[in-house]
Amino acid sequence: MTAVTRPVTGSVAPDSAPPAPAPPSVRRRRRGPMAYVVFGVLVAVMALFLGPLLIVAINSFKSASDFAAHGPLALPHGWHLSTITRFWKRVDFGTKLINSLEISLAVSVLGVVLALLNSYAIGIGRVRGRALFLVFFLMVNVVPQEGLVYPLYYLAKQVNLYDSKIAVIIIFTVIQSAFGTYLLSSVLAEFPTELIEAAEIDGANSWRTLTRIVLPMSWPTLSVMFTFFFIWTWNEFFLPLVFLISNDNQTVPVALAVLQGQHSMDVTATSASALLGVLPALLFFLVFQRTLTRGIAAGALK
Amino acid sequence: MSGGAAAGPPAGRRPGPGRRRRHRTRGYFWYLLPGLVLSFVVIVVPLAMNVGLSFTSWPGVGNPEWIGTRNYTRLFHDENFWASFRHTAAIVLAMAVVPTVLGLVLAAVLFDYVAKRFSSRSASLFRSGLYLPQVLPVAVSGIVWSWLLLPDGAVNALAKDAGLGGLVRDWLGDPDSALPSVLGIMIWIQLGYPVVMFMAGLQRVNPELYEAAEMDGAGWWQRFRRITVHQVRPELYVVLATTTIAALKTFAQVFVLTRGGPGNATLVPSYFAYRSFFEDADVGYGSAISSIMVLLILVVGVVFVRLQTRADTEGRR
Repeated sequence: MTAVTRPVTGSVAPDSAPPAPAPPSVRRRRRGPMAYVVFGVLVAVMALFLGPLLIVAINSFKSASDFAAHGPLALPHGWHLSTITRFWKRVDFGTKLINSLEISLAVSVLGVVLALLNSYAIGIGRVRGRALFLVFFLMVNVVPQEGLVYPLYYLAKQVNLYDSKIAVIIIFTVIQSAFGTYLLSSVLAEFPTELIEAAEIDGANSWRTLTRIVLPMSWPTLSVMFTFFFIWTWNEFFLPLVFLISNDNQTVPVALAVLQGQHSMDVTATSASALLGVLPALLFFLVFQRTLTRGIAAGALK
Repeated sequence: MSGGAAAGPPAGRRPGPGRRRRHRTRGYFWYLLPGLVLSFVVIVVPLAMNVGLSFTSWPGVGNPEWIGTRNYTRLFHDENFWASFRHTAAIVLAMAVVPTVLGLVLAAVLFDYVAKRFSSRSASLFRSGLYLPQVLPVAVSGIVWSWLLLPDGAVNALAKDAGLGGLVRDWLGDPDSALPSVLGIMIWIQLGYPVVMFMAGLQRVNPELYEAAEMDGAGWWQRFRRITVHQVRPELYVVLATTTIAALKTFAQVFVLTRGGPGNATLVPSYFAYRSFFEDADVGYGSAISSIMVLLILVVGVVFVRLQTRADTEGRR
């Protein structure tokens, strides 16, 4: 976050005169033929990146016979919603959406809370051994889930949490909050000391200082963290695949991937399933685009 | 804490900020407790159990039987194990090295060329387009591409229409083309991340630096090498570290695209461990594979953190 809030000193004009109408850095250069070649290459790259999604979308509206007759590249002869609705009903896609939503929301809220508590102790409380704790949390986040999965699977069965969303929520809360702790601790370490001291002088205990001062002032960072935890959890695959085996509990990516291997899936149904997987992500992308780019810039420098 | 503040330093000796900071340690430890306890239960204990299980033979029911290091000696003689790590090396290329290099060039082109000669709006549109695959669930990107690469799918249809009928094949079903196809898809998924990271890093750079270089006659390539690459060094470490670690953990792509096949042509350690755990009921063996993965990833993590702190201190000097 520090990277985002830090002013770009270089771009500040040395004199405090009103900004010049067109500083040279803003003026547009001449475009030679080379410029159009570069632009053309970039457009081609774009086609490579967006084209696949477009083709998938188009084919989801075809009937099976239309696909068989005209192949994947033709436009549909008549736009059918039936392939999509049939697939939706068949996988009970509404339930999967709600499952994914429940898990991702719970993990992002709990993960942010846990990260805030950890970072409050490390960044503001400056507890002894904080550098070691930071390394510990970093490791918690980095450790591959493959190295945890079987014991977790076994333990979850022992306590009747196998095939339950709660187990998945707990595990991902810990993993995401560990990253959040790493990020937020360095942000809170630069929290204005005067504010904390002023609160203490006013007789606020540490809990009050946290909820009344640190929490409201960290809101921008927390919202970036929330967004990232949400999308990361939505996209998680390995542990949900192992833990959520019943139809009532599966998340969107797991349900689509498991179905995909089955032979009963015809070609247009598969493209419909891909489209249904893409759409929620596309929605998040459009809604959160600014937060995402802001957040990536923040994550870059801790 | 409140106790320390009440006792306070004697009047007249004003505590410096450092002194006061050191004071503030009491009572804050409790805030760390939930996070630590949960991390122990969910991460540390299972990790230790996993390492323990790697020295046993266990089908998942009954009691594990201690067999010492036999799982590991078996692994080192297992051709699939070595193949899976060879594939991982290729995946590191496709997920870390190639996207970083291409991303650096693309970010510089967008920042130092397109934004100036066209508009910063078009530059950020390109950036968004490149980033889109990053937001898709990896499993879903896998479904998209496995559909496109079907024998009667869009890629083959496109090749036919373009008169390149010789290219037509069962991309993911042919042992020769399966791994290259998976690698290509990984580049597609991954490229947007470095582009966004490096473009964010370039925002820090003083535009006058580029202008001064341009006035001194530095061409685009020189500006790229001397300014861009140098300025985004912090991002470079972060991108390489995170993408390398992600490459070592590759699972969803392989699960959705090929299930490690055809044969074992796209087997990776993660899927190998999954198969041992849940399909072969060979838990000890799976634990040995995943323990090696953990070790490898922690080593990579430590190496990058050290490189980064060294670069940081050098930069500050």
